[in-house]
Amino acid sequence: MDVLWEFRKAILEAFGVTVEMTVFAGVIALVFGAFLAALRVGPIPLGRAVGTAYVYTVRNTPLLVIMLLFAFGLPQLGIRPDFTVGDGVLTRWNSFFTFATAALGLYTAAFVCEALRSGINSIPLGQAEAARSVGMTFTQTLRNVILPQAFRAVIQPLASALIAMTKNSSVAAVVGVTEATFQMRKLTNDHQGALFALFIGFALGYMVLVGLIAFVAHTLERRVRVA
Amino acid sequence: MTSPALGATVLFDAPGPRAQLRYRIYTIVFAVVLVGLVAWILKKFNDGGQFESRIFDRLFAGNVWNAIFDGILKTLEAAALGIIAAVVVGFALAMGRLSDHRWVRVPATALVEFFRAVPLLLLIVFIFYFMERVRAFETSTNGLFALVAGLMLYNGAVLAEVFRAGINAVPKGQSEAAYAIGFRKTQVMMVVLVPQAVRFMLPAIISQCVVVLKDTSLGSFVVYPELVRAMKAIATFIGSSLIAYLLCALLFIAMNSVLSLLAQWLHRRMSRSPKVIAVPAEAIEEAARVE
Repeated sequence: MDVLWEFRKAILEAFGVTVEMTVFAGVIALVFGAFLAALRVGPIPLGRAVGTAYVYTVRNTPLLVIMLLFAFGLPQLGIRPDFTVGDGVLTRWNSFFTFATAALGLYTAAFVCEALRSGINSIPLGQAEAARSVGMTFTQTLRNVILPQAFRAVIQPLASALIAMTKNSSVAAVVGVTEATFQMRKLTNDHQGALFALFIGFALGYMVLVGLIAFVAHTLERRVRVA
Repeated sequence: MTSPALGATVLFDAPGPRAQLRYRIYTIVFAVVLVGLVAWILKKFNDGGQFESRIFDRLFAGNVWNAIFDGILKTLEAAALGIIAAVVVGFALAMGRLSDHRWVRVPATALVEFFRAVPLLLLIVFIFYFMERVRAFETSTNGLFALVAGLMLYNGAVLAEVFRAGINAVPKGQSEAAYAIGFRKTQVMMVVLVPQAVRFMLPAIISQCVVVLKDTSLGSFVVYPELVRAMKAIATFIGSSLIAYLLCALLFIAMNSVLSLLAQWLHRRMSRSPKVIAVPAEAIEEAARVE
């Protein structure tokens, strides 16, 4: 317990990095995932093929390999996105952080895509047919009939994807990003006596983050639920 | 030209002549962008010296493929141990969650929720240091143990939920009928519910195998010499992380593809006899003959 209190600043800072990764990667995952989903449900066969191939590739590759590919492979091509500025807040946004975050986002995008696609596909065909037969245009069908229902069906799987992403941010520890799991390993190594306290403490930290996402999803779901 | 996704999606109608023309233009634009992107990547690779022959000379020389093969074996070993242990633990936890006794149900539920919420890597690190502290085995064995135990606990918790859903999906009349002819609780579960639920579970177990196989890569963090760790050494040896990790990704995709094919095949086989009531035609004939 003492160790947790003694290093509270370092631990909170480490979770800060985890949160930053989660937020940035989440934005990447949602935007790129939506684009992939659009490709996969869209009318262009080539787009569908590319979307399918992307999802298949990413789903069958370990996140760690993608992170290593980014963090150690891309610098060999002269790509090194380093956003560290002086010794202020931005010191932790080094190229490892950027690469790990990008890899996490692009990896999660495949799962976001699948969540969105299954949401759209879960709407019965009759809904769109009915909308069109009462004379709605494509845009009206999409905006007034399909998307509101798809949104409802998508919240849970989307939340699951984001929760998995939050937990997956721990993989960045392997490529040397000083986020929560990295800090946990370091502290555990230095203070072997506090093994259990450190594990429970860090596990609780992750549970808070996961719980937060689950709570937002739950609230959102209640708000859009049909009576 | 076949109309794209006729009836496959709710978003658009089968295209008319004008829409087809539009789609064709989109296809061409998309193809040009795609080819440009691939060309740019290849050029970048070339500029970065990734296609130099010394990389590939080294890749196909010496003991590189022995090391890769060794890594694959280690990965498969951890994955196999992990999934078997996970199925056992998952089954136990599912039984616990379905128990009529509060004192069994509540801890089982707590364990499932805990192990699903904690990152696998955190769990693995914890188990590894625990093993080191009690000096269980030598370090590399501790690594394997931590990896397998982590995979077991995390995937066991995930599978427990799958198993529970599978057992709950068996129609209520089945267990009621079993109770009516005097089966005990354990008999109802083991003789009636579980055999029927296995049908729902098998494809899920194989899908989980893909997850387990991917997650064995985390073993490299606790010095277990699996494929990714082997690839790290090979990356240094051939002088290209890019080629080494791309090859690593390809190997994982190949292994997982085999598993996915197996899952699809099983799924097709299983869904051929949907639900419980649909008894295969041969079985009915068989029954008729006996009569």
